[in-house]
Amino acid sequence: MEQDPHFRKSRRGFLGGLGATAAGLTLAQADSARAQAKPDPAITEIQDWNRYLGDGVAANPYGKPSKFERHVVRRDVEWLTASRESSVNFTPLHALDGIITPNGLCFERHHGGAPEIDPSKHRLMINGLVDKPLVFTMDDLKRFPGRINKVFFLECAANGGMEWKGAQLNGCQFSHGMVHNVMYTGIPLKVLLDEAGVKTNGKWVMPEGADSSAMTRSIPIEKAMQDCLVVWGMNGEALRQEQGYPLRIVVPGWEGNMWVKWLRRIEVGDQPWHHREETSKYTDLLADGRSRRFTWIMDAKSVVTSPSPQAPLKFKGPNVLSGLAWSGRGTIQRVDVTIDGGKNWQTARLDGPVLPLSLTRFYVDFDWDGREMLIQSRAMDDTGYVQPTKDELRKVRGLNSIYHNNGIQTWLVRSNGETENVEIS
Amino acid sequence: MSKSRKLAATALLAALLAAPALAGKAGLGREALPEEVAAWDIDVRPDGAGLPPGKGSVKDGEQLYLQQCASCHGEFGEGAGRWPVLVGGQGSLKSEGPEKTIGSFWPYASTTFDYIKRAMPYGNARSLSDDDVYAITAFLLNQNGLVKDDFVLTKENFSKVKLPNEQAFYDDDREKAERHFWQKDPCMKNCKPDAKVIGRARMIDVTPEDGKSIKVE
Repeated sequence: MEQDPHFRKSRRGFLGGLGATAAGLTLAQADSARAQAKPDPAITEIQDWNRYLGDGVAANPYGKPSKFERHVVRRDVEWLTASRESSVNFTPLHALDGIITPNGLCFERHHGGAPEIDPSKHRLMINGLVDKPLVFTMDDLKRFPGRINKVFFLECAANGGMEWKGAQLNGCQFSHGMVHNVMYTGIPLKVLLDEAGVKTNGKWVMPEGADSSAMTRSIPIEKAMQDCLVVWGMNGEALRQEQGYPLRIVVPGWEGNMWVKWLRRIEVGDQPWHHREETSKYTDLLADGRSRRFTWIMDAKSVVTSPSPQAPLKFKGPNVLSGLAWSGRGTIQRVDVTIDGGKNWQTARLDGPVLPLSLTRFYVDFDWDGREMLIQSRAMDDTGYVQPTKDELRKVRGLNSIYHNNGIQTWLVRSNGETENVEIS
Repeated sequence: MSKSRKLAATALLAALLAAPALAGKAGLGREALPEEVAAWDIDVRPDGAGLPPGKGSVKDGEQLYLQQCASCHGEFGEGAGRWPVLVGGQGSLKSEGPEKTIGSFWPYASTTFDYIKRAMPYGNARSLSDDDVYAITAFLLNQNGLVKDDFVLTKENFSKVKLPNEQAFYDDDREKAERHFWQKDPCMKNCKPDAKVIGRARMIDVTPEDGKSIKVE
């Protein structure tokens, strides 16, 4: 494939002789080491950490990130919601790499705050159209045969909801940060439903939370039996309080609101319940005034996380463009990247595990000559779905949908490396 | 023990260990008592399934609403600050600023009853009696012009109340309506004219301070 000469792979850049790179007015020199006039004190001076003893093993019984990484935190947008108990914060995607989201950085969305539940007092009930309604303790659940570990992305249906009418928030943390990717530990929901015995007219299940919003959603029985999980573990440890400790349901590939946290009950019924979160919210209002309901699947989507407004380019010469892609319909098959606003594209390199219904990491190693760029990424999944542009989405759905905005994101990288959220023609 | 007898014993032990799994049930958990199911199973459906016995009038609902709900939702359901608007909005759904209220948008009255009963008032859930929930629901229906001032909502007449926007909802049809998003070979070269910037988040300037881009200068 022929490549844009300004966006070639860094290997070619190196071969072409990088020493000629000219430093821009505001950018650090790409090859500062080669131009070093005086010895580097970071090398020639003995540093404190080299001379004195470091922390003992008892200093941090539960380890934390380095203090130099303390800016890497979830952030919220105060004006978005009426109160912080019914609100959302955002995963700092711009500062993360690989595919797994660290537990403390997984975005939060609560409807009545994050309750602190004593696991010894937590119960899971299965009732409704079952042969025998059952109650489980946490200990019961952890004794079930068939425990499994699975990686899945969770994306809030409203991720990007602020961007329907135009570029609004300057940072992929805010425009795309209502997503995380976690390895869960638990048991298939099917195991519990089989234990209770679903009656033949049981067509829907309704998970319910133990929090003060008592969150409920209707899930068709086919999905419940196919791949839903009841989990108590995330990334090798117990669920975090804000992610549903001690128990949540996992609904792979489907909108995050359905993944009820603090799960205390699953009712089996013969019809959907049409509760608040599937009628007044999480339905998609279209331009003709009608609304789609039960839009559960999260369509293929991607975003370049670096460069992005919070992760500007600092150097000319070799750079690593990085991003995330995911699809609720299957496995990411390909991600294309453009630097000229969609005129020409090249295929990115996928790295790390490429799993179904999981975040997938992509990279483009490139040389930057300091020219202005309009960067976009375009995800494709194994069903053949191609991530649409924002305009293509708006053409079908209008501007009032709020949910399921999976349109292609544009970052303008200015010649000084600053990056902003823009919309283009 | 001979080798073959040892093998047979091992096989027997394995069969015993695997027995519950083979039977399809783990035998874990216990049967839920009727009182326990009743305590948690409070959900209500559009067909009225799950409604408790009880009733409440628009008049009683008004008093309760003013005490329990108005500080967030406004005296007339207009919403205070960013709290949800519950009343009005009819005819706004195609406009630039649609107001999605019980009267203008929600498809079923049962959703109102269910949500008030499970989660309201905010910060003091499950504190209202069933009659209170009937009354507040009746008041909200009245404010939306759907029932008369002297209306009394009951378990029996509940499913007769229809909301005007019910028919405007339809099941997800993306695989049909957005079929053109499935394409074999998306364009890679000279796909469009030169792109121009037509909108910038920076001009709106609503990103939280901490999240502002780190300046290279």
